Amino acid sequence: MLELKSIHTFYGNIQALKGISLKIHEGEIITLIGANGAGKSTTLMSISGIAKPRTGEILFHDQPIHDKSPDEIVNMGICQVPEGRHIFPQLTVQENLDMGAFLRSDKAGIKSDMDYVYSLFPILATRRNQPGGTLSGGEQQMLAMSRALMARPKLLLLDEPSMGLAPLIIKQIFEIIKKINKEQNTTIFLVEQNANQALQIANRGYVIENGKVSMHDSAEKLLTNPNVQKAYLGI
Amino acid sequence: MEYFIELFLSGLTRGSIYALIALGYTMVYGIIGLINFAHGDIYMIGAFTSFIVATVLSIYGFPMLSIIVLAGLAAAVWASAYGYTIEKLAYRPLRHAPRLSPLISAIGMSIFLQNYVLLAQTSDFLPFPELIPEFDFIEPYAHVVGSAEIVILITTALAMILLTLVIKFTRMGKAMRATSQDRMMAMLTGINVDRVISTTFIIGSTLAALGGLLIASHIGQINFYIGFIAGIKAFTAAVLGGIGSIPGAVLGGFVLGLTESFATGYVSSDYEDVFAFSLLVLILIFKPSGILGRAEIQKV
Repeated sequence: MLELKSIHTFYGNIQALKGISLKIHEGEIITLIGANGAGKSTTLMSISGIAKPRTGEILFHDQPIHDKSPDEIVNMGICQVPEGRHIFPQLTVQENLDMGAFLRSDKAGIKSDMDYVYSLFPILATRRNQPGGTLSGGEQQMLAMSRALMARPKLLLLDEPSMGLAPLIIKQIFEIIKKINKEQNTTIFLVEQNANQALQIANRGYVIENGKVSMHDSAEKLLTNPNVQKAYLGI
Repeated sequence: MEYFIELFLSGLTRGSIYALIALGYTMVYGIIGLINFAHGDIYMIGAFTSFIVATVLSIYGFPMLSIIVLAGLAAAVWASAYGYTIEKLAYRPLRHAPRLSPLISAIGMSIFLQNYVLLAQTSDFLPFPELIPEFDFIEPYAHVVGSAEIVILITTALAMILLTLVIKFTRMGKAMRATSQDRMMAMLTGINVDRVISTTFIIGSTLAALGGLLIASHIGQINFYIGFIAGIKAFTAAVLGGIGSIPGAVLGGFVLGLTESFATGYVSSDYEDVFAFSLLVLILIFKPSGILGRAEIQKV
């Protein structure tokens, strides 16, 4: 479904990605784990067209997307929930969700998706007319994910959904990720520092170090791999 | 009391023109964080366009109302074309440059436009045709308010209501609000940010051109330099109200207009700028983000 072929991405003169290659198949949950500054977020930003790779190819359904603009990429069905959630602070919860459906015009479909995300996160329905900036961290994460779902993405990119949240909320968020994958058949690419949680729900995982993929295997094998255990699982 | 009302109405008129121009400053600042110094000159371009169209049409003997409408439309379209082109040529290539670069580019554009009009037209003051007729029903009140003032107040009020509705309810309005709050996230929700920025420049230029037409026909003369003074005043209004805030720009425009009008009426017209800018200094001392501006809170 999505294929990265030797992506090199720079911020100014600093090289963040030094040849990332990976493959995501339809219906999978894939996780990308790695330390701070390894290039996880940059990988997602390269896919979304915000940080354009200098060399390499990104193919979505065998079509090159690395030269497309961010809005064209969203229109093709790739949505991202960026790190830090990026809620529009002065728009209400409802308006934030409307923004998620910005490129859609099927009123009935938008309505039913709206009902769906409100059923996933009932708390958001009670906060419908509240400005997004007044929500708690957990609620903002729920809103950010719901906003991305409003675009009815084929591929959902999640950047550190567990960051700064209480363990109970994290558990809930990961449950929902699994649910979205199953019920909506949405392919999920999950970037996490919380490697243990991420590998629990993923099919396969990639490990990224200094802008390069250092390991890639099924999630179960990575969970039992002594190197991964030592470096990322704290065992 | 009548004198007070007269000053109040002339202050409102003046303020509504400042507000029209200030909206362009504040909207552009809200979206790309740039003080568009060429904005005052867009207003000047609008005034010149309406001058040329109105003069030509009145030679051919068009009826008054159609002249106002056509001159207004021509000014809006032509000024928007300038605003759009300036953004594309002078600011867009500098989108990722340090903040000072587009600012300098804006000052350059302002100087360019002034000199272009100076060379293409003239350095003299040109008599602007009186487009707004004297209404009969105003005669009993003619000592406190003129019909031009009434027309200006009503037109600007309508323009502002229309703008508010566009921003609040249309798809593009929502995209503009989202872009001004978080540009990267706006891109990630599929908003074509370049198009939003272009639209912002077009709306701002249209409002400025409308202001140019109204004030020029009220005052009765224009030259290539009117954009500089009006631009500085409108910029002051925008900062006074809180730059980036749309109601702030309107409020700032009225506060500035009223201050100037009362200073002129009760003190001396020599002191109108002194009062205007003293007010700015005072408000910035006690509320640095402006009357309705939000202090920027950085959450880490």
